Amino acid sequence: MKRTIFLFVVALAWLMAGSATSAGHHLYKADVDISDKASLQRGARTFVNYCMGCHSAAYMRYNRMGDDLGIEESILQNNLMFGTDKSGDTMTIAMQKDDAEKFFGTAPPDLSVNARSRGANWLFTYFMTFYRDDSRPFGVNNLAFKDVAMPHVLWELQGIQKPVYKTVQKEDGSQREVIDHLELETPGTLDSDGYQNTVNDLVNFLVYVGEPAQIQRRSVGVIVILYLLVLLVIVYLLKKEFWKDIH
Amino acid sequence: MSKLINGGIKLLNNTLGWIDDRFPLTKTWNEHLAQYYAPKNFNFWYYFGSLALLVLVIQIVTGIWLTMNYKPSAEHAFASVEYIMRDVNWGWWIRYMHSTGSSAFFIVIYLHMFRGMMYGSYKRPRELLWLTGMFIYLILMAEAFFGYLLPWGQMSYWGAQVIISLFGAIPFIGPELAEWIRGDYVVSDVTLNRFFSFHVIAVPLVLCGLVGLHIFALHEVGSNNPDGVEIKKHKDANGIPLDGIPFHPYYTVKDIVAVVVFLIFFCLVVFFNPEMGGYFLEHANFIPADPLKTPEHIAPVWYFTPFYAILRAVPDKLLGVVAMGASTLIFMALPWLDRSPVKSIRYRGWKYRTALTIFVITFISLGWLGMQVATPNVTLASRIFAVIYFLFFLLMPFYTANDTDKPVPDRVT
Repeated sequence: MKRTIFLFVVALAWLMAGSATSAGHHLYKADVDISDKASLQRGARTFVNYCMGCHSAAYMRYNRMGDDLGIEESILQNNLMFGTDKSGDTMTIAMQKDDAEKFFGTAPPDLSVNARSRGANWLFTYFMTFYRDDSRPFGVNNLAFKDVAMPHVLWELQGIQKPVYKTVQKEDGSQREVIDHLELETPGTLDSDGYQNTVNDLVNFLVYVGEPAQIQRRSVGVIVILYLLVLLVIVYLLKKEFWKDIH
Repeated sequence: MSKLINGGIKLLNNTLGWIDDRFPLTKTWNEHLAQYYAPKNFNFWYYFGSLALLVLVIQIVTGIWLTMNYKPSAEHAFASVEYIMRDVNWGWWIRYMHSTGSSAFFIVIYLHMFRGMMYGSYKRPRELLWLTGMFIYLILMAEAFFGYLLPWGQMSYWGAQVIISLFGAIPFIGPELAEWIRGDYVVSDVTLNRFFSFHVIAVPLVLCGLVGLHIFALHEVGSNNPDGVEIKKHKDANGIPLDGIPFHPYYTVKDIVAVVVFLIFFCLVVFFNPEMGGYFLEHANFIPADPLKTPEHIAPVWYFTPFYAILRAVPDKLLGVVAMGASTLIFMALPWLDRSPVKSIRYRGWKYRTALTIFVITFISLGWLGMQVATPNVTLASRIFAVIYFLFFLLMPFYTANDTDKPVPDRVT
């Protein structure tokens, strides 16, 4: 048996070997907690102030966000809604798709369900790994998203990072330079922890926006499962009662 | 008071008599439930038939409600799904029931089929029962395929593009056939509309009809059981099988327990993990369909991946399509490939036991391989397993004919 398991593991490792899926750099882990309303509110603030210049969340309604995050209508109206005064509107932007394509080469995607396709950890890593690259139109590149068309919008907060290279030997003996890690070149207005917290709040918010129903979903789920467990006891006793004369 | 109750019962009986004179209500009830005798020794594996029926009902009911808010157009489909998820009251719940239901359907059906292979349920006299079941399985695959286009995400779009293009491999008529299926040169609004039509009316109609046939066929020949002995061989003076018990109430109350256990697992997914790590709802399907951007890695949903792995294993496109088709259809030949006089795995010899174990490992491995990016190693492994997959069936007449089968008891144990 042990031998079989060993062979199986070896075979699996062999199969994995060819599928180079690792991006070759450290993937940050986001600390997602949808029940942390203060974090979601901070994330919402960052989102409307920094992201919504170019990115919409066209399936998300302002008042839904206000209700779920515990933001009062007046605060919502005055601090988080810049493009409309109807809180039932969705979070759209004024930038036209055609214009955006001219500005950036590609239209910035809608971020309503972006966290569901990218995943929280990827988003976190993306925000952490912008670095200076003078060959790019906006002067920055990204480790998670190579040659990304987006400028580093949060540079004021994070500062500017520069890549530190190392030389690696490839299998065929040739050498090549790869980015080992990033180093802060010019500090931003936030320190490292402060920036990580801001990014985490933003990612948390994007995960919420990806599926606002998840708050309700989990709380309803607990009740449903408890109900089913009680029902299970009853139907099991019913079955036992009927089956006692079957041998 | 008792007068009132007696009057009520009398009225009920009269009504029933009135109906029975015109429609075989009591007769049908007895034939299919109260006097349908099922073997008393059903085990865990015998729950999945009724569970499949439950999932079918879940899919139909949630499907009706989804259809009320979904818009089958290339422009609005993706947005209408998000509208269901956000703005429709309990829409997220209906949608997750439906998306989890499709995976649950295949889990239940695969276990149901495996049960048939373990206990020889396809063998005489249940060949037609097995065939109707196989048609249900094929129709179910079509239903899942048509439905997967509807959310109009990147995987919906490119998955459909890949599968339809397979028809293009057919000689002479291929390209025209693929175009005829799409109704356009690429998957488009036209394709979405016809897939919607197939998914919500045409295929479910056929599916329900086949399920009816399947149950009629079952109740004619009677259920097999884990011992693989015919309970109808030993009857009492009233013609009732000695090892049989009426389906209702015994198996109705027993199946209800299974239903609740199933619903607990089902609801754990629906409420706590509806994406199931990208296996039930693929991550890339949260990106709206874009005909100009091919995703790096196109993988079908898990329930199609064993066959997808076989398709990719064959270097030639046409032969790959043929192999994939054959791998799904070959189950139909089981009643005639299996030469053993013994039905149940309990009394089968080591050859069939080994073959079935290898087949299960092969099927699961192919399923895993079908999800991976096709590296040379993955392709090689897929090829080896694809050969084993077909050998299980093609060699069956030989290894079942002279297996070391054990004596089968006369009655159920």
